Amino acid sequence: MITAALQEREHYLNASYGIKSWLLTKDHKRIGLLYLATITLFFFLGGAFATLIRIELLTPQGDLVSSETYNKLFTMHGVAMVFFFLIPAIPATLGNFFLPLMIGARDLAFPRINLLSWYLLVIGGLLSLYAMLAGGVDTGWTFYTPYSTSYSNTWVIATALGIFVAGFSSILTGLNFIVTVHRMRAPGMTWFRLPLFVWSTYATSVIQVLGTPVLAVTIILLFCERVFHLGIFDPTRGGDPVLFQHLFWFYSHPAVYIMVLPAMGVISELVSVYSRKPVFGYHFVAFASVAIAVLGFLVWGHHLFVSTQSLYAGLVFSFLSYFVAIPSAIKVFNWTATLYKGSISYDTPMLYAFGFIGLFTIGGLTGLFVAALGFDVHVTDTYFVVAHFHYIMVGGTIMAYLGGLHYWWPKMTGRMYPEGWAKLSALVIFLGFNLTFFPQFVLGYLGMPRRYHVYPPEFQVLHVLSTAGASVLAVGYVIPMIYFIWSLRYGKVAGANPWGATGLEWKTASPPPAHNFDETPIVTHEAYDYRAVMGEVEVG
Amino acid sequence: MASEGRAETLALREQFDTEEQQKDASTLGMWIFLITEIMFFGGLFLVYIVYRSANAGVFAVASSSLKVYVGAANTVVLLCSSLTMVLAVRGAQLGERKTIVLFLILTLILGGVFLGVKAYEWNEKFQEHHVPGAAFHFEGLPPELQGRAQLFFSLYFAMTGLHAMHMVIGVGILSVLIWQARKGTYSAAYMTPVDVSGLYWHFVDIIWIFLFPLLYLIDRHLGK
Ligand code: HEM
Ligand SMILES: [Cu+2]
Repeated sequence: MITAALQEREHYLNASYGIKSWLLTKDHKRIGLLYLATITLFFFLGGAFATLIRIELLTPQGDLVSSETYNKLFTMHGVAMVFFFLIPAIPATLGNFFLPLMIGARDLAFPRINLLSWYLLVIGGLLSLYAMLAGGVDTGWTFYTPYSTSYSNTWVIATALGIFVAGFSSILTGLNFIVTVHRMRAPGMTWFRLPLFVWSTYATSVIQVLGTPVLAVTIILLFCERVFHLGIFDPTRGGDPVLFQHLFWFYSHPAVYIMVLPAMGVISELVSVYSRKPVFGYHFVAFASVAIAVLGFLVWGHHLFVSTQSLYAGLVFSFLSYFVAIPSAIKVFNWTATLYKGSISYDTPMLYAFGFIGLFTIGGLTGLFVAALGFDVHVTDTYFVVAHFHYIMVGGTIMAYLGGLHYWWPKMTGRMYPEGWAKLSALVIFLGFNLTFFPQFVLGYLGMPRRYHVYPPEFQVLHVLSTAGASVLAVGYVIPMIYFIWSLRYGKVAGANPWGATGLEWKTASPPPAHNFDETPIVTHEAYDYRAVMGEVEVG
Repeated sequence: MASEGRAETLALREQFDTEEQQKDASTLGMWIFLITEIMFFGGLFLVYIVYRSANAGVFAVASSSLKVYVGAANTVVLLCSSLTMVLAVRGAQLGERKTIVLFLILTLILGGVFLGVKAYEWNEKFQEHHVPGAAFHFEGLPPELQGRAQLFFSLYFAMTGLHAMHMVIGVGILSVLIWQARKGTYSAAYMTPVDVSGLYWHFVDIIWIFLFPLLYLIDRHLGK
């Protein structure tokens, strides 16, 4: 009966049919789903490369692939995961879908540009994919010159152009979000009533808009050097390869916050809903996002400690890097304080939130280790760094992404996911993740360099542990994939507000109508005011 | 005044509540886009400044081979084009279709002149072997400094090339605007595209205002 009602009511999924209605859609919700499908493909592609890497590292000898192939594997793993999965992950899927809903808008400010952004990501992705199939790239995702300009005989240009095009996707998404938050808020939705997910997505957009163009121009210079033989980073003509590193990291350090800030936004939502309390210190958490966005631009030099950067520059960058820890720690403390005396329920999204808080803390603290000049000289370019950023990017961002996906799934599809399986896979992911990456801290500390496929036999035990963990992790990622698809047909039908959450996105039907709200909502409460939703919660 | 055009041209897009909101959003969007452009060219300027300060002498010599009068002429052309662009926007505000079309066409022509002069200048560089690559040669500099002279010309081509690319895009935008303005799409009540395209055009103009002294004028007397 309910199912029949669901099928009859018009919503964004059944408002029109056919492949064209998707490929030419201007509905931010559909575009969000297009992104979801696209980045999922890239996630599994990147995962396939990772699988090969981990299998190769089972033994100290290079027996599965040659060193050239190995170089290509880790490069393509990094490119697929960073540029085509993590950077678009939360903003372009969950952000696209929910930002307008959360502020009570009918759509983003520029729906056609939003669609264009998706096409740009696809075109960029296809370019890079073409490079991968045609023969691959072996420069590392960092494309350091002069190797990438003068020596590598692989598909540098196609890959770099793919990233360039995808960069414009990121810029346009950021631009769209900023204008939307400034100009499209519903009546009564003041800045300090915005859900914290909106704040962090907004801060992310600022980084995307300010940082990505610098990557774009850097890629153009790389391109000109490889194709037109300009000599901008060529040391034989007085060019400076370290300047390339500065430009690259001027984008790519802030880019790590493009990856993690939206994740923090998701966690703020989750922690609040499942402890039924407003986020402790709302203003601090909101401003911490902005502070991270700003400070993130001042610390890129910590990636150049062992380049020819001067010692004084190193000292300053080291010092400034510590400052980023302050707003990050504010967030962690405030989430924890939110839990205090909350009535906590352990639904799957909350399990992911707990996972995020723990793993992000480890990732962030080891970030401080590597930001310490003296310690970093010991561990730079080792597995310690690899473990550090995987704790943040996989343990942090992907956990939050999955948490958010579970939390909002009922809103997106109108169906619940199966709670039992979801809890099981959250657990598998958490265990698999730690088994994969914790040994890498030890490996790195003991001196295992990154980007090598042969290693001294005494490291084998730790590598085998890591590969075993990766297998568990892979299982953990496949299970949600299956039950999410399953739930589209067989999942329990979800009501408008299955979690008793406060955001405007829960005030409209699940799935939402094509124009989001039957009538424009008027906001009269602060965010996370649970007294206001008391009567609304549907049990079931 | 422009009342007949109103109904079909004012198309208020469905995501907006009011025309004012729609116009505000477009303008803000363009300003943010221009900020991204500043970061884009900013990276390039940074590279230039770093190399210029590290190789001041060679850069002065290399830059003195550029013809100031060509750069200066192009500066004048672009400044005039900014004026005609403003007049086109003014025409749109007043809802005078003929004025819009006239000044947009003038802007387009001036943009074309700029690109023509640029092409002429680049062509000269090819003939003088001042294009980076195997055939590069700069008379009067010892072999060990040839590379650094190439560095200057690498930057010259990268910076003027990217600027010219923005000009080409601008010319494309102008063409669309002219076509639409002739159809009567723009009126006093609806002129946002003209307005924001104007912002873009001025921006590209300003970039040149920075490029000209950086590439042509600094320390010229030292290079002679
Ligand atoms: C919050 C999200 C963060 C992410 C996503 C992240 C990600 C990364 C990545 C990808 C790398 C490796 C880059 C490479 O060489 O390929 C890296 C290295 C590094 N990170 Fe983080 N990081 C984060 C937070 C931090 C924090 C909070 C700090 C310090 C306060 C920090 C300090 C460093 C340092 C110093 C390195 C360079 C280590 C070396 O190469 O020796 N990171 N991080
Ligand atoms: Cu960094």
